[in-house]
Amino acid sequence: MRNTTELSSHRLLKSNKNRKDSELKGNIIVKSSAIIIITLTIALTVFLSIKGLQSFIKNGINPWDFITGTNWNPTSETPSFGSFNFIFGSFAVTMLSALIAAPLGIGGAIFMTQIAPKWGNKLLRPVIELLVGIPSVVYGFIGLSVLVPFIRNHVGGLGFSLLSGTIVLAIMILPTVTSISTDALNALPKNLREGAYALGATRWQTIKKVLIPAALPSLLTAIVLGMARAFGEALAVQMVIGNVSDFPNSITDTAATLTTIITLNIGHTTYGSIENNTLWSLGLILLVMSFIFILIIRFLSSRRKI
Amino acid sequence: MNRKIADRIATITFVGLSMIIVAILLYLFAYIIMNGFSKISWDFLTSPSSNILAGSGIRDQLFNSFYILILTLIISVPLGVLGGIYMAQYAKPGKLTNFIRSCIEMLSSLPSIVIGMFGLLVFVNTTGWGYTIFGGALTIAIFNIPVMVRTCEDAIRSVPRELKEASLALGITQWHTVKTVLLPSAFPGILTGVILSAGRIFGEAAALLYTAGLSTPRLDYTNWNPFADNSPLNIFRPAETLAVHIWSINTQGLIPDVTEKAAGASAVLVISVLIFNLLARWIGSMYYKKMTATK
Repeated sequence: MRNTTELSSHRLLKSNKNRKDSELKGNIIVKSSAIIIITLTIALTVFLSIKGLQSFIKNGINPWDFITGTNWNPTSETPSFGSFNFIFGSFAVTMLSALIAAPLGIGGAIFMTQIAPKWGNKLLRPVIELLVGIPSVVYGFIGLSVLVPFIRNHVGGLGFSLLSGTIVLAIMILPTVTSISTDALNALPKNLREGAYALGATRWQTIKKVLIPAALPSLLTAIVLGMARAFGEALAVQMVIGNVSDFPNSITDTAATLTTIITLNIGHTTYGSIENNTLWSLGLILLVMSFIFILIIRFLSSRRKI
Repeated sequence: MNRKIADRIATITFVGLSMIIVAILLYLFAYIIMNGFSKISWDFLTSPSSNILAGSGIRDQLFNSFYILILTLIISVPLGVLGGIYMAQYAKPGKLTNFIRSCIEMLSSLPSIVIGMFGLLVFVNTTGWGYTIFGGALTIAIFNIPVMVRTCEDAIRSVPRELKEASLALGITQWHTVKTVLLPSAFPGILTGVILSAGRIFGEAAALLYTAGLSTPRLDYTNWNPFADNSPLNIFRPAETLAVHIWSINTQGLIPDVTEKAAGASAVLVISVLIFNLLARWIGSMYYKKMTATK
């Protein structure tokens, strides 16, 4: 009879002489990736801050005038750099698009979780996932070729307007708001709803008095995340808003935002010139605003009740 | 009776709001398919683009998009997987881990135009490369790394605890456990995450405008020398991607058939992203069936 027992050196894991070495190697590789992430974040903040502050330090522009001034005329003989109109434009499209997207998104989330979960999962969830996948330039292109002519013909103005930017952004942030609100409502304990029903509350009373208050911090997080996305979106807005540095007098008036001015001009201006430096300062405002949005989201998550 | 009427009104409102969402999507897709699908032809996909003449194609842009996508994944996937392993296995709860988590959160939520400005500052101006494919890929990798870290961490955490503990109980070191037990089990989850992020990279434009540039040199597809100026494989040449192309012909282009070309390019872009999403979903469900032995 042949001996079928394998040699122990084949059967068992070989004792690796370098086990300690490879363990150390693994440790170093893994930790270095963590270090890269930290370095990237710090480098990004520091580099963009230094570059963004140059127009104030090197070119001597008064930061207060820069933020509150309404006259943006970098190419004239006496150039003036007042970016208030862009800051206002950014906030206007962000707030208005959140006003449209929040009721739609939260309403959709309530439909998906409370009214018709079956339909919601079969129809609405795939729809939301598809909307997330559409690239922002495609939103911009459709806005440019459908929305702008529609507004020009039926609402008034040039078509390129705050209103167009608002609608395009509202559709873009809709999936963000809806999916996070859905998660928030799904995460609520079941007995909250059942308790309310047991007390004889109707579905609407349950939603209004129990579910929405309980999920409020998460629902607000959803809206703020959507706003953060709207504030930073560049190309889709740039294609439909008109990019005029004057203050918009009505919602159908052309406007500009921080991102659109950066997108349009940063490639055309000479690197290191005053005009170029002020664009980096606008970028710094964008960075600071992103930090503020993140802080708001953190604050909201810490207030989560359930 | 009043509250019942209020309940009915509320229900109708919520159904209405959901219908609006569905209608928006249906309209968007109908628009892209109706206007774009008919413009896609073999000729459109294989002829070079033009800034002035009608009848141009998207050959170079399509190639650039895929090339940047692949380069970005080569850079960001290994780093993301390692970061995910660190967060799931090595990181101890504490201030440092919280700080890394904040960094990941911040990098992944910054607007892409801000990341693009950082790329312009570092990879274009400081290095003196000018607009390059490599600079573009590095820039997009910055926001793809945190996304990958998160997916990998989740995928590794969802591996059953017993597997890892059995391996450690056999006396296998932690790094060897990671390599031979955790990573293979987490692989489908990681792959799904990679494909989903590929969809986002493919449609990215704002971060590429001023890092990979708005133009493509005349390319010779028979030249495979990666150091030649006209070789498509050269990573130090400017490259306009498909998403950037849609933006630039709409805002700066002079070609007479802008809407047609943009619609065709949009359809190609949306269909590619759709294929990525379906692929990720399919792999996810295959894996789920395999793990749970359901049909």
